[in-house]
Amino acid sequence: MVNYQTILVLSGKGGVGKSTVSSLLALSLVKMGKKVGLLDVDLCGPSIARIFGLEQHSVMNGPNGWIPVYADDEQRLGVMSLAFLTKRDDPVVWRGPKKTSIINQFVHNIAWGDIDFLIVDTPPGTSDEHITAVEAFKDFNLDGAILVTTPQNVSIDDVQKEASFCRALDLEILGVIENMSGYVCPTCSDCSFVFGRGGGERMASESNIPYIGHLPIDPKLTASMDGTNIMKDFETDSIKPILSFIQRYSKQ
Amino acid sequence: INLFWCGQDMLRWIAKRKPYPHQKRLIQYAYSADSFQSKKHEFEKLKQGKRKEASAPTKGRLTNMKHIIPIASGKGGVGKSTTAVNIALSLAAQNLTVGLMDADVHGPSIPTVMNLKGKKAIVENQKIQPLMNFGIKCMSTGFLVDEDKAMIWRGPMVIGAIRQILTSVEWGELDYLIIDLPPGTGDASLTLAQEVEIDGVVIVSTPQDLALADVSRGVQMFNTVNVPILGVVENMSYHICENCGNHSHIFGDSGAENMAKNMNLQFLGKIPLHQNIRETTDKGQPIVVSQPKSQFTQAYNSIAMNIIKYCTNK
Repeated sequence: MVNYQTILVLSGKGGVGKSTVSSLLALSLVKMGKKVGLLDVDLCGPSIARIFGLEQHSVMNGPNGWIPVYADDEQRLGVMSLAFLTKRDDPVVWRGPKKTSIINQFVHNIAWGDIDFLIVDTPPGTSDEHITAVEAFKDFNLDGAILVTTPQNVSIDDVQKEASFCRALDLEILGVIENMSGYVCPTCSDCSFVFGRGGGERMASESNIPYIGHLPIDPKLTASMDGTNIMKDFETDSIKPILSFIQRYSKQ
Repeated sequence: INLFWCGQDMLRWIAKRKPYPHQKRLIQYAYSADSFQSKKHEFEKLKQGKRKEASAPTKGRLTNMKHIIPIASGKGGVGKSTTAVNIALSLAAQNLTVGLMDADVHGPSIPTVMNLKGKKAIVENQKIQPLMNFGIKCMSTGFLVDEDKAMIWRGPMVIGAIRQILTSVEWGELDYLIIDLPPGTGDASLTLAQEVEIDGVVIVSTPQDLALADVSRGVQMFNTVNVPILGVVENMSYHICENCGNHSHIFGDSGAENMAKNMNLQFLGKIPLHQNIRETTDKGQPIVVSQPKSQFTQAYNSIAMNIIKYCTNK
């Protein structure tokens, strides 16, 4: 048994912003004074290390397991990703058993220290990584999963499959976040719903899942994720729509 | 709806791979209780029978297809399915016989984009019949399983499904087979790369650095298994405001174009981010057929012409 609470961030669909949302969740909890671990089990496309500008780091083995790479000097946010064990452009072309083995190591063998929360970023789909992660985390305080989607139909379809996956494995769905919901043109301030709107909210009510909120397309956020200092650039304003959920969750 | 045959085939894949107890539970979940009960005795019989290793098709055995073009990206959500469908339709508009294969087992988008949502594949003469719309043949696991069921499959089952779609579907004679790959560098992409003679891969990316990191991994994977890269498409290149026409580079500027230059790959073109493309895709009326005169259709047409040029010059 461990002392920290764990959340999985899932989505059937790729490119909806799982890594973004995981990072924002982690950063908000850190801003609230908690200690957070951020684990990236996306082996083929480990984005978390890139978002925090930590790609050049490598991990060291300590007496209690691998030591996570800290995104800040005060060591409030620890990150673990396969990116620390491979070179930047090297593809990870592994079949199932190897993926299963590394994810089990990530779950059991990391010296997180005295973190309060562990956020787990996953790849898209419902395959080896997801099955292994859920099974491995069963003995830990797995609070549940957050589903991320964009408003468009192709995303909603895939995320409904992800919801079925959660139900099949008895994993509680904490809520749905609709990402990339609207873009405000900098010239004329017209808000364009380039990926549609309301799809996530509709899906949540149809499937009886709590709806957390929607996040707009924010070019400043995109730029800070492509940059190197997201911890400094992060403002809680950018996650206002989902802030109340995070505050409620952090008090549990 | 002839799910009975499709179900039998699925059971054969599963039986050949000796499922673990928890996989058996998931298989029971994947099919409704009624249908599974009726096939349960068959399932037991198959399990007791001799276990034959499924033989992998040797590379290049697909002689009925003149050119095979996968649409890939290391990154998810960059627009592979949208691009794949619109390129396939552009090629079909040139009077070519085109097939569209959905290799994304976990998140099959082709049924939605091709306006074939909810339709199921039927089997005739021991071959799965592809579904047709807008003049092209297509196949997806979305046509073989219920929409809201998750495909909670590990690698070997994914590989089996892909082999089956390649060889057991009645594609007929095709000029082009466009394959919509899933994101990542996993089993699906690797199996196709190792077992099928591919003319060239079209890589799709958004301009974002975060996407390019994954996309370059995808490119390296294809290089490692000696699959040629046809070129790079930059999708969601810039947003066009419907109100004032302003171009804003939401996801960065020319990131994919620069990456193509740095990696010495042909740059096939930029597709902007516009509500029309997403709306038509969501409605199952891809923009190439629903708005044939739009600038976006021109962009897809020019990519299709580049593909034809590449394939005829090979």
